[in-house]
Amino acid sequence: MTTPALKLDNIAKIFGGLRAVDGVSFEVAPRQIFGLIGPNGAGKTTAFNCISGVYTPEQGTISFFGKSIAGRPPSEIAALGIARTFQNIRLFGDMTVLENVMVAGHATIGFGPLAAMFRLRKQAEEQERLAARAHEILRIFELDGLAGEFSKSLPYGSQRKLEIARALMLNPKVLLLDEPAAGMNSREADSLKNQIRWLRDTFDLTIVLVEHNMQVVMNVCEQVHCVDHGQTIASGEPLHVQNHPAVRTAYLGADVDESTLRQS
Amino acid sequence: MVWTYRTAVSIALIALLFGINWALDQYVIDYIVRIIMQCGINAILAVGLNLINGTTGQFSLGHAGFMAVGAYATAFAVIHLESWLGFNASNIPAPWMQGLLLSVGLLFGALFAGLAGLLVGAPSLRLRGDYLAIVTLGFAEIIRLIFTNTEALGGATGYSGGRPLGLPVYTNFFWVFLWAIFLITLIGNFTFSSYGRALRAIREDEIATEALGINTTRMKVLASVISAAAVGVAGGLFAHLMGTIRPDDFKMDRSVAMIVMILVGGLGSVSGAIIGAIFVGVTLEAMRDIQQYRLLAYSLLLIGLMIARPQGLLGSRELRLPAFLRRKRGGAA
Ligand SMILES: Nc1ncnc2c1ncn2[C@@H]1O[C@H](COP(=O)(O)OP(=O)(O)O)[C@@H](O)[C@H]1O
Ligand SMILES: [Mg+2]
Repeated sequence: MTTPALKLDNIAKIFGGLRAVDGVSFEVAPRQIFGLIGPNGAGKTTAFNCISGVYTPEQGTISFFGKSIAGRPPSEIAALGIARTFQNIRLFGDMTVLENVMVAGHATIGFGPLAAMFRLRKQAEEQERLAARAHEILRIFELDGLAGEFSKSLPYGSQRKLEIARALMLNPKVLLLDEPAAGMNSREADSLKNQIRWLRDTFDLTIVLVEHNMQVVMNVCEQVHCVDHGQTIASGEPLHVQNHPAVRTAYLGADVDESTLRQS
Repeated sequence: MVWTYRTAVSIALIALLFGINWALDQYVIDYIVRIIMQCGINAILAVGLNLINGTTGQFSLGHAGFMAVGAYATAFAVIHLESWLGFNASNIPAPWMQGLLLSVGLLFGALFAGLAGLLVGAPSLRLRGDYLAIVTLGFAEIIRLIFTNTEALGGATGYSGGRPLGLPVYTNFFWVFLWAIFLITLIGNFTFSSYGRALRAIREDEIATEALGINTTRMKVLASVISAAAVGVAGGLFAHLMGTIRPDDFKMDRSVAMIVMILVGGLGSVSGAIIGAIFVGVTLEAMRDIQQYRLLAYSLLLIGLMIARPQGLLGSRELRLPAFLRRKRGGAA
């Protein structure tokens, strides 16, 4: 078997007395689209924060293509190739759409602060390279026409797309998406499904998707992992997880039929 | 191509400053020239402080401390350089030599102030908001107390290099504005480069910036070092304008004055900082006779500003040259 792109082994993150993530393990194969689901407060975002280095887990290991990353600072993990978006959009509101994306290229610039101060030729070249690449990515998301707008002036759905565009500027190998369809209308959510698959194919990405929109999850994910109260309750093929009794109980607090779950 | 352009601009600039310097000497009373020089020094202070407080959004209340370090380091270097080169009361350096001595001293001022920016910034820039303000204020007080208690640097009575007439007064219009233009250009370039973009991102959202592979602590410390070094140069120019420096020259009210400059002009705007610097330089002079009410006047001014125009005169925008004076992007830049 190939080395997993991402592997969590018995991860725990505790806030005070609350075990927000409590012994979760899963593996994501390279180029897989992997769904992480569970009801509100289940610990999905906390798991993302552990992977991306915002939190250091109290227990367990996280490896990225076999390399252990738990406890490293977020900037280092991002530079290694794990990019993410945030559940409650974190764009740089008072910066333009183009600048939002260009910031994500800063870690790769090949000049130091002195070259910036003296405006050496190198920095002009790098500036052009970043801008060209940022425009290219914005075109993919049909945001290029808004490149000069402040990001805070964008409609909600476009802000979500811009956050993904910004993450892609990092040239990641793994992309963590935290509820990308939240707040999108059904038409936007529909095109997001296709976009996610297309991104994986075009950029050779491994994608971990946290999502409440079951339609999106069932449609695009190849593997699904369901957590509740920080613990794994089901894992496997989408249909298997969807039909798992524990999953249905967790979501709705009681046994319900399949159609209700599909709609939620 | 780039360098010939730059050389030409530099030579024209030097000639221009030289001409103005000569004309001011000839036709304008010292009192006015002094105010103009104060404004130039203020501009360095404001643009330096703006890099960390405005662009990066890390509120420092202690830049008087870095100014003090720059002032003492510059004066100390100039005095020792002079005696090493054999200059004394009966062998006064030629005017061009004075400027050169001053400039070498200012490099020391920048170096030591930058070092202080590193020492203060590295531990404190992990803090946020009010905590950072209080800690930087504390650091500035510590720096002032160190100078007050260092007899070799004159203690509480101040440093004059052991000379009865005080520090040599080498700061003139030419050198103030040469240094001001030089430093403002460097900081402006930095602000509008990829580095400046990263600093603005930190101001907007530190967690998101970190998630984009940028080591935010390192970026903030870098901004702090550059900011402190620039403010240190302003301190050195100040020292050799005043002819004497005392620890009490660098109390909290000086940090407050710097903050007023950047708030008036608009946080995060380089050109706004310059406008604010001139504003404070002129009003400070106008309030000379009511010195003791200065903090009160600034407080009232700030309250008025917050009510009438909370974003400052320019907000975070920049004044730009008219299009025909601007160089095209790409080409020579
Ligand atoms: N920084 C924090 N401090 C304290 N509790 C937290 C923190 N972050 C999350 N939690 C708690 O941890 C649990 C899991 O939260 P989260 O990971 O955001 O859930 P999900 O993303 O699955 O909805 C929740 O009970 C939440 O209140
Ligand atoms: Mg969440």
